[in-house]
Amino acid sequence: MAEQVIPTKKMPPGLQVENVDDRIMTLNVGPQHPGSGHMRIIVKIDGDYIVDADPDPGYVHRGEEKMAESRNYITNIPHLERPVIHDSCNILYPYVLGVEDLVGIEVPERAKYVRVIAAELNRCIYIQYWLAIYGIFLGHSTMFMWPAGDRELLIDLMEKITGARVTHAYFIPGGVRNDVPANFEDVCLRQVNYFEKRIKEYADIFYDNPILKARTEDTGVLSREDAIRLGTTGSVLRASGVDYDLRIKEPYDVYDELDVHTNVLKSGDSYARSKIPWLDMLESCNIIRQALEKMPKSGSIRTKLKPNPKGREDEVYRRVESGRGSAGCHIISRGKPEPYRLKLSVSSFRNLIALPYLLKGEKLGNMPAVYWSLNYWPVEADR
Amino acid sequence: MSKSEKKVTSKDEDKKKSDEKAIGDAIIAAANARREELAKEALATRSNKTLPKEIKEKPKEEKPKESKPKEEKPKAAPPSKTDTEEVSLPEFEKSFVDKISSQFTGDVEVGYIKENRTRVNVKKEKILEVAQFIKDNLPFDHAESVTGVDFPEDKEIGVVYHLGSYTDPTYSKQVLALATRVPREENPNPGNDSTKLPSLRDMFYSVEFHEREIFEMLGVYFDSHPDNRRLLLPEDWADLPPLRKDFRNKGR
Amino acid sequence: MLKELVTPQNANVFVGKLGDILYKAVDQPLGMAINWGRMWSLWPVHIETACCSVEFGAASSPRYDVERFGIIEAFGSLRQCDLVVVQGTITRKMAPRLRLVYDQMPEPKYVIAMGACAITGGLYFDSYNVLPGIDGILPVDVYVPGCPPRPETLIQGCMLLQEKIKRMKAR
Repeated sequence: MAEQVIPTKKMPPGLQVENVDDRIMTLNVGPQHPGSGHMRIIVKIDGDYIVDADPDPGYVHRGEEKMAESRNYITNIPHLERPVIHDSCNILYPYVLGVEDLVGIEVPERAKYVRVIAAELNRCIYIQYWLAIYGIFLGHSTMFMWPAGDRELLIDLMEKITGARVTHAYFIPGGVRNDVPANFEDVCLRQVNYFEKRIKEYADIFYDNPILKARTEDTGVLSREDAIRLGTTGSVLRASGVDYDLRIKEPYDVYDELDVHTNVLKSGDSYARSKIPWLDMLESCNIIRQALEKMPKSGSIRTKLKPNPKGREDEVYRRVESGRGSAGCHIISRGKPEPYRLKLSVSSFRNLIALPYLLKGEKLGNMPAVYWSLNYWPVEADR
Repeated sequence: MSKSEKKVTSKDEDKKKSDEKAIGDAIIAAANARREELAKEALATRSNKTLPKEIKEKPKEEKPKESKPKEEKPKAAPPSKTDTEEVSLPEFEKSFVDKISSQFTGDVEVGYIKENRTRVNVKKEKILEVAQFIKDNLPFDHAESVTGVDFPEDKEIGVVYHLGSYTDPTYSKQVLALATRVPREENPNPGNDSTKLPSLRDMFYSVEFHEREIFEMLGVYFDSHPDNRRLLLPEDWADLPPLRKDFRNKGR
Repeated sequence: MLKELVTPQNANVFVGKLGDILYKAVDQPLGMAINWGRMWSLWPVHIETACCSVEFGAASSPRYDVERFGIIEAFGSLRQCDLVVVQGTITRKMAPRLRLVYDQMPEPKYVIAMGACAITGGLYFDSYNVLPGIDGILPVDVYVPGCPPRPETLIQGCMLLQEKIKRMKAR
């Protein structure tokens, strides 16, 4: 292992790798481990303290980018959402926006609102799953059961719109695949209001819980400078005090017509990183309510594409704010129905770089709390 | 008696065996020749896959004929756009790209200037200097993504760094694409051939894992990168780097 | 009388016969009892291989609650588990690890292939890094189709496995 320590982080004395070589023990955490997910973290520990961590992703590397080069712009849709099936609308969003740029089509107004609603609902679904796993990582079984149960409410809602539980394939270039059901506005409003009431209760059992606070506060502290330098994104960045949300900074579709707020916390520890997504969910409920109000009650939801659409010879880089952070899509087109090169710049991969840095100097017992607070979904990072 | 008989028979058998061997060898040789013919025929009709290198060249010869005229277009297009549509160019984007291009005249070519998206093509020798200049004089502070693109017709591999800014709110929309190209080798030997690029890790720390990914996916070795190890591919990967265009997925 | 029958010469034969009789008498009911025990205490290994783990997690959520069938509580140690639910795509990097996990489990052990990727490669049939199904590395008991399977489908697959165990010969 080469030297990876960033000079700004001060290590406690006596924990440098060189000085205590004979006491170092190497542990493989994962891929078969309840606290790892689909990846392996090779940690070197000195007693109970981690002196070095080396993430080893790639256990779900399925070659999405290579496969995209042999499929056309429409057949790419279902398999590009597979990296994050529980946040499928948001991972498809940059791709769809990019293809619209390349093909040169306009999206109807109503479709834009439907997209925003679907994307925000999906963000909540994703965060609920993430929160459930975070709860069980910390040994808090109730925090698994509550989000996993409340999540089903919104999954039902998405099932009504799209017809599938998690893999929606709902966004297509030119709009959305099908219209929302007849009394969707009422049902959605009722569900979202109830959902908001439910998630506010999480503060009582989880975020104000002294045990959680003791385990997560002041663990894995990422300073503002380092968060910027490491290029982290999404909740990790905003927990470190950087006010950056693409829904505000670079509004796409109709986000500029809605009143969107970001949540920023200053402390940069695991507690702040675990709280930001929850605050995001509350914000999402606000956005959905606004979008339901402003949405045109009728109208087209899709601009028809020609069969086998061809992109012009150009390249686009579009990005959106997904449930985990900025999701980018870089498409290079050569005037053919298939992209010449498609790169998914996903937030999990960008946040992964912070993991070895945060784990150094932590106790081994804090590893799950730090690891999962990075809002990391291994399948997305591996693509 | 029996021993001598046996010896005789064994000698006869040896002769027979040697004859059979000769016949067998001839048959095998003929079969091999036939197989090769068949394989060549199949290759000529089908597009190549994981095949010996002699035959691989055939489709490659055909490719440039189709793709060369197309390849010229994007190169020619961006300058013509800048000439004709100079009035409609977004001013803010143009201002900071002009800073870079005026500093490094001759080494830097403006790829495109669009709203919020700009691209600068740099020679690979100058990439470190340009990156240092951007880091010092412009508020771009992190790399969002690093894309590697294979251009087999030009015998080059393109590497595009997408730089963004968190600190300066006026720049938060901007994504600057810093692009460069490295020579590409027909038979890649990652790490030991001419496909090398200086690492931008000292300027933009966040490229570390991205560059490791480019190394395994396209075989671009980054000098001064601390660990050019595999990241996503299995440890026993012994094929071409998979994102090169001459690596084909099965059935494609 | 027994003393006359059992001589040192035929003692082994006699004991063998007795064992056979005992085995025949006990085998059927005892086997059923053993199978009954195995059926309701299936412990899966916690190994997530791909995106189907989302629906695997949802299956133990309060709405579906697979634990009422005595199946899923995926936090056991490897040495106590007897079920591998292969949750989706197996890549070339994961395949040796999956086999290693399977080899470390004690007999008897069962395998459920969950999702299209685990069965045939599914959506990733032409990917360079994905195995075309897990038949080559593990003996599969139940295939659960879907991409991803709904939790109900997974529950049905688990119940099919229970049915299979019920009819198995207990070893």
